[in-house]
Amino acid sequence: MGKNNYIKCALFLIIIGFLPVFVSNQYYLSVLVFAGIYAIVAIGLSMLMGYAGQISLGHAGFFAIGGYTSAILTKFHNFHPLQAMIIGIVFTVFAALLVGLPSLRLRGHYLAMATLGFGEIIYVTSGAATGLTEGPSGFSGVPSIALAGFTIKSELSKFYLVWLVALIIMILSLNIIHSRIGRALRSIHGDEIASNAMGVNVAKYKIQVFVYSAALASIAGSLYVHHMRFVSPTGFNLNKSILFLIMIMSGGMGSLWGAVIGAAIFTLLPEFLGVFNDYDILMYGAILLGMMMFLPHGLTGLTTKIIQLVLSKWKTRTQNNP
Amino acid sequence: MGLDSYIQLFFSGITIGSIYAMVALGFLIIYSSTGIINLAQGEFVMLGGLIAVTCHHTLHFPMPLTFLVTVLLVTVIGTLFEITCIHPLKNPSVLGLIMITIAASILMRGIAMFIWGKEEHGIPTFSGDKSVSVIGASVPPQVFWILGVIFTVLIILFLISKYTLIGKAMRATAADRTAAHLVGINVRKIVLLSFAVSAGLGGVAGVVLTPMTLMSFDRGTPLALKGFCATVVGGLGNPAGTVIAGLLLGLIESFVTGLVSSHYKDVIALFILIIVLFVKPSGLFSKSEEAKLKKF
Repeated sequence: MGKNNYIKCALFLIIIGFLPVFVSNQYYLSVLVFAGIYAIVAIGLSMLMGYAGQISLGHAGFFAIGGYTSAILTKFHNFHPLQAMIIGIVFTVFAALLVGLPSLRLRGHYLAMATLGFGEIIYVTSGAATGLTEGPSGFSGVPSIALAGFTIKSELSKFYLVWLVALIIMILSLNIIHSRIGRALRSIHGDEIASNAMGVNVAKYKIQVFVYSAALASIAGSLYVHHMRFVSPTGFNLNKSILFLIMIMSGGMGSLWGAVIGAAIFTLLPEFLGVFNDYDILMYGAILLGMMMFLPHGLTGLTTKIIQLVLSKWKTRTQNNP
Repeated sequence: MGLDSYIQLFFSGITIGSIYAMVALGFLIIYSSTGIINLAQGEFVMLGGLIAVTCHHTLHFPMPLTFLVTVLLVTVIGTLFEITCIHPLKNPSVLGLIMITIAASILMRGIAMFIWGKEEHGIPTFSGDKSVSVIGASVPPQVFWILGVIFTVLIILFLISKYTLIGKAMRATAADRTAAHLVGINVRKIVLLSFAVSAGLGGVAGVVLTPMTLMSFDRGTPLALKGFCATVVGGLGNPAGTVIAGLLLGLIESFVTGLVSSHYKDVIALFILIIVLFVKPSGLFSKSEEAKLKKF
């Protein structure tokens, strides 16, 4: 996965390790747990959009399937949180195949339409199937996550758990990207017809990465309900799918690290934009529109541009004054 | 259940269906000339309704003037949206364009919430509230206004596109942008016009719908979703098919809600969309050979 990424992973581990030393406030720690959860979704979505070039407008749906499966099975049926999480992944993979198989066979962006519909169906169903989900008001009392006999309850331990999962998923995803599959995905993004002609099984790879990203969203959904200890449909609406898109767009498409940074920024930003409380939708719209128009490559694109600019300035200066 | 309730369901279905058809046609017009799926389409309906509220209640305009001013303003907003957000982009990707329209729709919703607040607003019906009796079923008169206005607009649109030079230019651009440019059509003007017409259609739908169902800042997205379903079901490129698909979706939604359950009212259209994508992704009213030539 490249020397550069090993250094970044190590840096990432150090930041995770030492961040809680500076953040003693329990509330902010809890917000950082959310950031980690969204980072997991963002990594998967970034692989789908940045590398395979497919749009999903319904990842909140997969997030919801994972979340509701975990919440219902652990609260009402005494499943172990890990078992419930795995069953959630199975359901999600099934749903992703159902949506992905017909729409990914086709050229273009049928997936965007199908996922948009799918996400809304899951959202409405989670409010309407009152027998299963307790309806629009949701239910509380979802147990905390437990690992190897320990119940993970404090904000600090949840922080470490979630971000370690994010790191593992990051390493896994980086390895996928720097393998044959990753190269195939990038070729699909570049030109579907050309990569097909080169012998890349376009439909197969698109399905694989779509299912992979859906499974990550499901894992994140499970972690989300165990962290909130509460579940209701409001967490899973179209706005959540769009928030996921904003995260990877702001971080920069085609950069998994950018996706993590975007997830962190857009989880923390609303906390600092508290003054806007009801008008955060206005801010989101303005920020997203500004990003799309002026920074199409996101923050990572901006940073690379600045570094290049500084380097070229520095070079010309050293050439002029030998 | 008597015949009168079926007739009632039929009328409410065809009313909401005609609104979907307007939104769907808006999607189609912009898609044909630019290849963009404009997900801000529903916001034009919302803006139409809310601007009409301000015109009527704050400025005390009479209803015909309210109608004209609203549609004009929404048309201007649609055109400005193209000029400020879509046109300045250099080599945009399909992904980027979809995201821009999503961003614009969020922004419009936010601005609407800022101006009109979160409450629902209404305007009086165009000709009183006394129900009309149709074969035993009582139908509110606004239904006839909605159907009348929308079908008049559709017929005018059809005549313009069929018989005028500008309509022919629009159809030529939809068929092939480069070729249209080569034969001397000002494609830039056509693109602007298509955004203006789409927004105007949304505005009309908003004004006629608001007396029936009230309007609030968050009504745009569900309408956009359903209009979008109608566009895809109609086959992305076939105006008559799109209108029929919109009416069909409205009718199916109304009958399922009335006869089965109202819980899943908002997913019926989406469910149909997914089934159509499964079975006949080129849409119900379009040839699959034609669909293969499309970019989207």
